[in-house]
Amino acid sequence: MAARDDTVLSELLRQVRCAGVIAKKNVRIYYLKGPVVTFGIVFPLFFYLAFAAGHDGPVSVMVPGIAAMALFFTASAVGPLITPWERQARTFERLITSPASLWAVLAGDAASGAAFGAVLALLPLTAALALTTAHIDAMWPLLAGWLLGATAFSSMGVLMAAPATDTPSQVMMLSNLVRLPLIFVSGVFVPHEQMPSWGQWLSPLSPLSYCADLIRVGFGGNAYFSVTIDVLALVGFSLAFMGAAHYFHRRTRNRPA
Amino acid sequence: MTHSPQSGSSETPALRAEGLTRRFGEQVAVDGVDFTVGQAEIFGFLGPNGAGKSTTARMLTGFLPPTAGRAWVAGIDVNLQPSAARLRIGVVPEEANVYADLSVRQNVLLMAELHGVAKVERERRCMELLDTFDLRERAAQKGRQLSKGLRQRLMLCMALVSEPQILFLDEPTSGLDVASTRMIREVISRMNRERGMTVFLTTHNMDEADQLCHRVAIIDRGRLAAIDTPAALRARVDARRSVVVKFAGPGATPAELLPNLDLEVEAAVDGWRVFSPEPGPLAQHIAARTVALGLRIESLNTVSPTLQEVFVSITGAAHGRA
Repeated sequence: MAARDDTVLSELLRQVRCAGVIAKKNVRIYYLKGPVVTFGIVFPLFFYLAFAAGHDGPVSVMVPGIAAMALFFTASAVGPLITPWERQARTFERLITSPASLWAVLAGDAASGAAFGAVLALLPLTAALALTTAHIDAMWPLLAGWLLGATAFSSMGVLMAAPATDTPSQVMMLSNLVRLPLIFVSGVFVPHEQMPSWGQWLSPLSPLSYCADLIRVGFGGNAYFSVTIDVLALVGFSLAFMGAAHYFHRRTRNRPA
Repeated sequence: MTHSPQSGSSETPALRAEGLTRRFGEQVAVDGVDFTVGQAEIFGFLGPNGAGKSTTARMLTGFLPPTAGRAWVAGIDVNLQPSAARLRIGVVPEEANVYADLSVRQNVLLMAELHGVAKVERERRCMELLDTFDLRERAAQKGRQLSKGLRQRLMLCMALVSEPQILFLDEPTSGLDVASTRMIREVISRMNRERGMTVFLTTHNMDEADQLCHRVAIIDRGRLAAIDTPAALRARVDARRSVVVKFAGPGATPAELLPNLDLEVEAAVDGWRVFSPEPGPLAQHIAARTVALGLRIESLNTVSPTLQEVFVSITGAAHGRA
């Protein structure tokens, strides 16, 4: 049979373009909704304040904590639901039978979550900068934590969407079951140094730990791990989440219609 | 310009399946299917529920990897170059899968963008298709606001906006009103005729297959049971040719009408349907016998077997199963 002369580069560019189209579609359909935007800002803010109230933490600890929490919640909020929704509406099958590969579909989902989280979480960050004495001390660690953290969290959301279900409520339960414990071991509420030993053991398993660490450095705080480890860990988490999501999606697809 | 199907030519086939097999655990859904679909051919894929039609289509569109065997779309191996293969196809699934929160126009443009159609061109094609399917006035309506028939038309627009070489249609007119059904069939025929677009049509509707398809394949229990033109398939079941006699006034019983003839007879409105591989002589015999009995004939017709009868004969399926 005849073969086509699609080069690796042209195929790669096509998939990047498809991922961009899918991300744009996701933002339009799933993210730019009043309740999603409100939930993404209000929930992490009040969740944090509920724990921080009564604690006399310095703003240099509180502000990075709120910012990291907002980023974590906004970037991972909708991603777990997109695939179940699209499976339910059969639009997932439409994407998979388009020229977009499964990688491109997942990358589009992750990119839309990351972009949404990174932009929306700027609101509490800006408010905190305007209303408190906190100030940015080092831009690059903050920027790295912001972008890599958003990517890792949205990739985690994409992985949560991989189980073979088209029932969003099931995925939502799983999502909260995973996300809430991660907050407690990430050093957002309680500094790593003051955590019990089991918390210090579990902390490296949470991507939020590394993101919060980088943001803290950005606000003039000290890194618990190190900036290099934080960056590598967030990149590693993103790749691992995407790889696992791809594996589980392929397994799901191999089931009868 | 019109295009004629190329199933027998040496050109690269539009579709080719070679030993295509799909297992789900112990269950074999599709079992070593081989066929070729020529360029500009409308190819019907028929079978009872659970026969493996959709699974075959899913393997051909790259949604599902085969357990064994290979498939090519426009000469491209679907498993080795899935994205390149899918660039050349348009898919209209049985269940509507338009984006409910996007407008009609946005749905069409989304598919054009995914296929890499240039911006100016995709706008032009989108509007042209919306005109063809009488959807232009609804361009701003959300997918959720459309009726089933309109959604089906939108799905065809979404599949056609990339000007695919091969169009996969799964029950495209199932449950639609007469006007939508007619419009969809006309457009499919026209696209095939004028643009040389190959169509892979999965359907339960035998009339539709008979009207539209150059060739049909019948799949049963995961295996291809027959593949030929509708006329050739009908010829395989000559025993199902028949004569339908309708009496004006009182009629005769089969025993009176056909003494000494052991033929299958079934009741028809005001008469009988008698099956025979040679309906011509049988019609003459019935006419003569009716005159001899002093009765009057209102109508006397020879009837060829329908594709439905061919289907039932080949698959052994009950009508309700098909």
